[in-house]
Amino acid sequence: MKHLIFAAGIFGATTAIADVPELTVYTYDSFVSDWGPGPQVKEAFEATCGCTLKLVGIEDGAALLARVRLEGTNTDADVVLGLDTNLITVAKGTGLFAPHAIVADYTLPIDWADDTFVPYDWGYFAFVHNADTPAPTNFKALADSDTKIVIQDPRSSTPGLGLLMWVKAAYGDEAPMIWEGLSDNIITVTKGWSEAYGLFLEGEADMVLSYTTSPAYHLIAEEDASKAAAAFDEGHYMQVEVAAKLASTDQPDLADQFLAFMVSDAFQTIIPTTNWMYPAVTPASGLPDGFDTLITPEKSLLLSADEASALRDKALDEWLNALSR
Amino acid sequence: MAERAQPLSATPGRAAAFVVAAVILGTLLAVAWRAEAGRGLGPSDWAALRFTLVQASLSAVLSVALGIPVARALARRRFPGRRALIALLGAPFILPVIVAILGLLQIFGRSGWLSHLTVSLGLPPVQIYGLHGVVLAHVFFNLPLATRLILQAWQEVPAEQFRLAAQLNLGPLAMIRLIEWPVLRRSCPGALAVVFAICLTSFAVALTLGGGPRATTLELAIYQAFRFDFDLGRAAMLSGIQLLLTGCTALLALRLSRGDGFASGLDRALQRWDGKSTLAKGLDTFWISLAALFLLLPLLAIVLAGVGGLTTLPSSVASAALVSVATALGSTVILLLLALPMAAAVALGRGGLIELCGILGLAASPLVIGTGLFILIRPVADPFMLALPVTALVNAVMALPFALRILVPQARSVVARYSRLALSLDMSHRSFATMVLLPRMRAQIGFAAGLAAALSMGDLGVIALFADAEMATLPLQIYRLMGAYRMQDANAAALLLLILSMAAFWLLDRGGRRHAEL
Repeated sequence: MKHLIFAAGIFGATTAIADVPELTVYTYDSFVSDWGPGPQVKEAFEATCGCTLKLVGIEDGAALLARVRLEGTNTDADVVLGLDTNLITVAKGTGLFAPHAIVADYTLPIDWADDTFVPYDWGYFAFVHNADTPAPTNFKALADSDTKIVIQDPRSSTPGLGLLMWVKAAYGDEAPMIWEGLSDNIITVTKGWSEAYGLFLEGEADMVLSYTTSPAYHLIAEEDASKAAAAFDEGHYMQVEVAAKLASTDQPDLADQFLAFMVSDAFQTIIPTTNWMYPAVTPASGLPDGFDTLITPEKSLLLSADEASALRDKALDEWLNALSR
Repeated sequence: MAERAQPLSATPGRAAAFVVAAVILGTLLAVAWRAEAGRGLGPSDWAALRFTLVQASLSAVLSVALGIPVARALARRRFPGRRALIALLGAPFILPVIVAILGLLQIFGRSGWLSHLTVSLGLPPVQIYGLHGVVLAHVFFNLPLATRLILQAWQEVPAEQFRLAAQLNLGPLAMIRLIEWPVLRRSCPGALAVVFAICLTSFAVALTLGGGPRATTLELAIYQAFRFDFDLGRAAMLSGIQLLLTGCTALLALRLSRGDGFASGLDRALQRWDGKSTLAKGLDTFWISLAALFLLLPLLAIVLAGVGGLTTLPSSVASAALVSVATALGSTVILLLLALPMAAAVALGRGGLIELCGILGLAASPLVIGTGLFILIRPVADPFMLALPVTALVNAVMALPFALRILVPQARSVVARYSRLALSLDMSHRSFATMVLLPRMRAQIGFAAGLAAALSMGDLGVIALFADAEMATLPLQIYRLMGAYRMQDANAAALLLLILSMAAFWLLDRGGRRHAEL
């Protein structure tokens, strides 16, 4: 019902003037959805901050950054939550973000020392397949097999770009050859993650590009152990999701408070079973049951933000050339 | 030179066309104005343009070519369930893209029903991904529209003409020459232009079924310019190319579709005496069955996938459904306010520019419109508070081209038939509109309103650019469910959306044709 009342408010009356401070956080759409972390995060933060937390969902990380750039210094956002390492350099280049003073005991597989962006969760990209079918153990074996995969377009999707970086980080200048080898395995490329995952669940492909944590959803929420992530021996590329305070915020203290809350147990316990990623700081209660069944890659791959930004256009050209033949 | 006396004023139509042009071109200019220095158009953009033109042309030609025999068969035959079939055939057109793709792949995909059939016959599975897959999907979306537009032209032939043809014992060839060819000549160019323009802005369908970056369309290039490169200038330029292409096609189509209308009749019940031969009956049965199978099987797949979860849908889906219904109603009202005066102005013969404005809505990139509106609204109001009205407005502008295709021919013939009488009776503009024009256009208004409501209901539109946590339309909620791995719920919500869209279409379309024959 609240949606209706809200809608009625939009069509008609003006909104009530808030007598408590409001913190506006721009994030991606799946974060704010009823099944994402948003509702619980809002409740937990509002219980302690004496404020209203306004979460605004904007498609995905890339759209989020585009929106903030579009709004520039007079953006309504106080905090942006949901960029990843591929976007950090560009984001910093805009000069819109302010440094932070958060200190946390991160449980990331890598060291984190960025003065502007605070990580809140992370995951490994991986190909998800049906557990009862054998999966190749690296990109070369995949290219040699007749396993059919569906991936996302790096131009419109964050995981798609992640795969580009994965191949680049693992193979460097050999990346074009890998893509040529993969071209007959890729049945199609989709706009976003949802389309690709949907196609996989319908049986259109043997494997789909997703995360090592995807099988945890099926196991925990659906009690279905039939999905597995294929471990690749080149290592798995990481996605680290980050948040930062806007330099133009009119609520700097509240924004700092939110970032500190973000790396606390209250926030971090929400992440695993709503965002289906690893928390950036493992909470005292540990990870939920089921996460222990997930594969742990032997090697973590991650290009630094500067490398990723420098290699991005070249990697995209290689990908386009190899797959457009 | 004194203006010829007219039974109506064209001014409201001009004003409506101005509003539409302002929305489409104003948003484009807003994006261009906000642009920083970019890299201009590159070779990949030209490749995208080429692919876009090829797939859109093929899709348009094929949709209309197949639509002709189907419409002809539906115009000639009466059978139980015909109305329901015609309404159902329209369903693919109003489905959210992602739902339609999944439904289509359940039939034509590598593990689809058709592949099961071919594999059990010892053949390889169906290979759907490629240019042919893109065209197949676009025909799936647009064949119903092409069929409806052509069928409608057929219905506009007065019953007396068929009676006269039967009295004169006209053979099939004479029927084609004297009645059917003029029908097609009047309706096909417009249908071609509309389908072409729709396919021009295709993105997710073309990419997914095209099998990879070979199938990059202009809309994807816009997306890339905006999201990947944040190059607003290039996004605006590419969007301008889309508008230009659509504009040229529309002008060409308008020029070609000029043809005399049929003389007036007495609106008596239609009865057909032609097409009684066994061959004609067999052919008509074939075309109707083929279209029904092609269009209804993927729908059946969607129904089967969703029906199990329908009763356990989360309550947030229900409230999203209410938001969607409200938005669709608002959108329909806006659409009629824009489309009716515009159709009347076109019928008065002042139409070229107005019709052009009307068709541009098809070619406008939703991303550019949404971003442009955002840039324009932000200095004066909170865009998030206006998310639903803006979505309703954009949906109306996008549905306008269809509405005009539907409304204009009938408005034209009403004005042609009754304007002299109205002038001789010294009828006021208002009386002519309310007592002559609108009642005679009831069927077309119902159809246009139904289509607009259903389209608005099913379209993700610009809401994704504006939504916040508290509010979502049903298509957005479907995407959210999918994004949260909840494919079962997403399937059920998609079925709910299908039911709601069809119900809205059925009610409005039916309401317009209470006595009419269709």
